[in-house]
Parts: sequence; C-alpha cells; structure tokens
Amino acid sequence: MSIEIAIDAVLAGGIITLAGLSLLVREMFTAIVLYVSLGLLVTITWARLSAWDVAIAEAAIGAGLTGALLLVAWRQLHDAAAKTERTNHVS
Amino acid sequence: MTQDLLYSIAGIVLFGIGLFGVIAAAHIIRKLIAINIMGIGVFMVLLATARHGTITDPLPHAMVLTGIVVAVAGTALCLWLALQIHQLDNTTSKDQPQ
Amino acid sequence: MFLKLEFQEHKLSSAGLSSATRYLLGILITVLSAALAFVIIRSEKAAPDLATLATNKLNLSGVENPVTAVLLNFRSYDTLLEIAVLLIVAVSILPDRLPIPAATAKIQFLSNMHPHSVNPVLVGLLKWLIPLAIVMGGYLLWTGAYTPGGAFQAGAVVAGAGVALSLAGHHRFIWQTASVRISLSLGLLMFVMVAAANAIITGTTLQYPTPYAGSFILIIEVAATVSIAATLLLLFTQLKAMVEFTMKGNNQ
Repeated sequence: MSIEIAIDAVLAGGIITLAGLSLLVREMFTAIVLYVSLGLLVTITWARLSAWDVAIAEAAIGAGLTGALLLVAWRQLHDAAAKTERTNHVS
Repeated sequence: MTQDLLYSIAGIVLFGIGLFGVIAAAHIIRKLIAINIMGIGVFMVLLATARHGTITDPLPHAMVLTGIVVAVAGTALCLWLALQIHQLDNTTSKDQPQ
Repeated sequence: MFLKLEFQEHKLSSAGLSSATRYLLGILITVLSAALAFVIIRSEKAAPDLATLATNKLNLSGVENPVTAVLLNFRSYDTLLEIAVLLIVAVSILPDRLPIPAATAKIQFLSNMHPHSVNPVLVGLLKWLIPLAIVMGGYLLWTGAYTPGGAFQAGAVVAGAGVALSLAGHHRFIWQTASVRISLSLGLLMFVMVAAANAIITGTTLQYPTPYAGSFILIIEVAATVSIAATLLLLFTQLKAMVEFTMKGNNQ
C-alpha cells in the first residue's frame, strides 16, 4: 500500500513540476514540449485512477493533438517575427 | 493520506498554477497552456472524487471525456482567432507606417 | 493584462504586471487553493447513490461499458450539445477564402501534392501507420460498448492519422467539397435524426427503448466518430494552412 502511495506522490509531484516549468521556462518551444510531456504523465495518472476511457482520450488528444496545434501556431508566430526582424534589418 | 486525497490536492495545486499563469503570462500561447493546465486540475479533482472505495462513479468520467474534447476545440479556436488578429495587425501596421 | 494580445516571445514583462502585483496575486491564489483544499479535506464524500444507480440500470442501457452508457444513453443531452459545440467550432474555422477547385469532384477530399523533399522512411512508415490507426479507431469504436473506448477515442485516433498524413506533405485536404462538409455535420444530424425517430415511435426524445438501445448507440457513435475526426483534423490543417500562407508571403 505504502509503495503505491509513493508512486502516486512522485507522479503528482512530477505533474506539478512540469506544469510550473512549462509556465516559467523562457523558450516557448520548450514550454510546449513540457506541456506535451505533462499530458503523458496525466495519462498515467488517469490510468492510476482507473479512468481508462479518459486515459485513452487524453493520450490521443491531450498529449497528441493539443501539442500539434500549439506547435503549428507557435511556428506561425515565430516565422512572422523572424520575417519582420529581417525586413527591419534590411531597411 | 489516501490516493484520492493526494490527487485532489494535486488537482487544486494545478488549478492554482494555471490561474496564476493565465493572469501573469504575457504570450498568448502561454496563456492557452495555462488554461489547459487549469482544465487538467479540474479534471483531476473530478476523477479523484469519483471513486467510492470499490465502486467508481461513471458520471464524472463521462463529463471529463466531454471536457477534454471541448477543451481541445476551444484551444484550437483561440489559436485560430489569435493568428487572425496577428495577421491583421501585421498588414495594418505595414500599410500605415508610423 | 487582458487588453492586448502579446505575440512577442522574449518579453518577460509578464503582461505589464509589476512584481508587487505578482506577489499579491501569488498570495491570493495560494489562499484560494488552500481554502479549496481545506474544503476537499473536510467535506464528506458524497454518498455513491449515482454510482450505484448507474451500475444497477446498466442492463437497461444497451451497452456494458458504464462510461459509454452515461455518455450516450443516461446523459445523452450532454453529448448531443458537445457535438453541436464541435460543429460550431468547425463552421467558424472552415475556409471560405478559396473558391471550390473546379477540377475537384464533390467527393474527393484529398489532393496530391509534390513536395520538394521526399522522406522515404516517413512514407514507408505512414503506409503502415495510417491503415493501422484507422483499424485501431474502428476497434476502439466497436469495443466501446463493452470495454474502455468509444466515439471520442476513435475519432481522436483517426484524426491523429490524418495529422500524420498532412505533416508528410504528400496530400492536402480539401475542405470545400460537399463530402467533407457532410462528414463534419454527420454526427449532429444523425443524433438529431435518431432522437426524432425515437420521439415519433416512443414519444420521448432521448430515452431509447432497451431492445434497440445498443444499435441506436452504435449508429450515433459511428456518425459521431466521423464528425469528431473530421473536426479535429480540420482544426489542425487550417492552422497549418495559415503557416503555409505566411511562408508563401515570405518567399515573394
């Protein structure tokens, strides 16, 4: 019993650490990757709470699709910023 | 300290972290990550309180499943609107140099 | 704080909040979280009435998985409205900038592209991965009646296959064709049609008669899977299309 609680405590601590890091870290790309790994840990948590349906959905959507959406949007903003910087540099 | 209580408190902490991030973060993508973290916190509280010993209440599970799908749709809509605003900002500032 | 959208990455000004405001905010949120935790610790667990109720009535629902029973039978209003929300998001994101390509038939929703660089490993992997993901989606959909799985999971897995296909760069999804728009709205249409047929036969909208409940749920789930997969894929490809739009502007 106690080892199970220890596993849960490590899992919860890891999730809280990742959540805090993904908001504090300076690079946006790192933040998004940390959020995706947070999604994977949360999937394990749902499995620990025996919510199997939710775990499957979270693995596919929370860890997969949300990360892809955020990365695509980030790339758009990143490219646009690089572009304006270049035009400013030229002119 | 039981498992349910541990995850309930972790969910509340996640909610707090996310709330702080939504208000204090500047970048729009980071705000959205913070909103999603708040959502994960809420889901965690719901699922942790859904367990009654051996019986598991399927109702919170169904609500969380619905919530995950709606959250990703909302995130995508927010990103789409933000990108549209960004493009609009760029074109207007390019047309009218100050 | 919320008045202006910030798009610049390395701006640590933190939404214009002074550090004193941030400390105050941190203290306030800590107090709020502590209060919430206190309430959770002190509150008695609610009696498991609903859990036992759902378990006892499971044989009336037509499926064996309690979560699917709650989603599509006991509280199907929630799911109906959720699918409506997804359709609204899809409609607000649908592309209207481009005219319908004349050469495209009403049915074809994929067009071939010729990317500059071909990655043979990726292509070889996708040849296996995409059919596998679609079969996996069908399995999750079918097994949702008995074990964990269901329309949402299946739709998400199929959408993931579509995302992989879209990232490989050999195909482009055409969202203007009629077939795609039908598949976006199929879930809601089928849900409402089943409810209407049920209302005509039995007099109640979303309370299925037990002998037919299983097949009703399966019909709704198949349609919902198609809609969810199409919507999630649409969200991704539209965001990606904006990137390509900007890149084209870059090259000119």
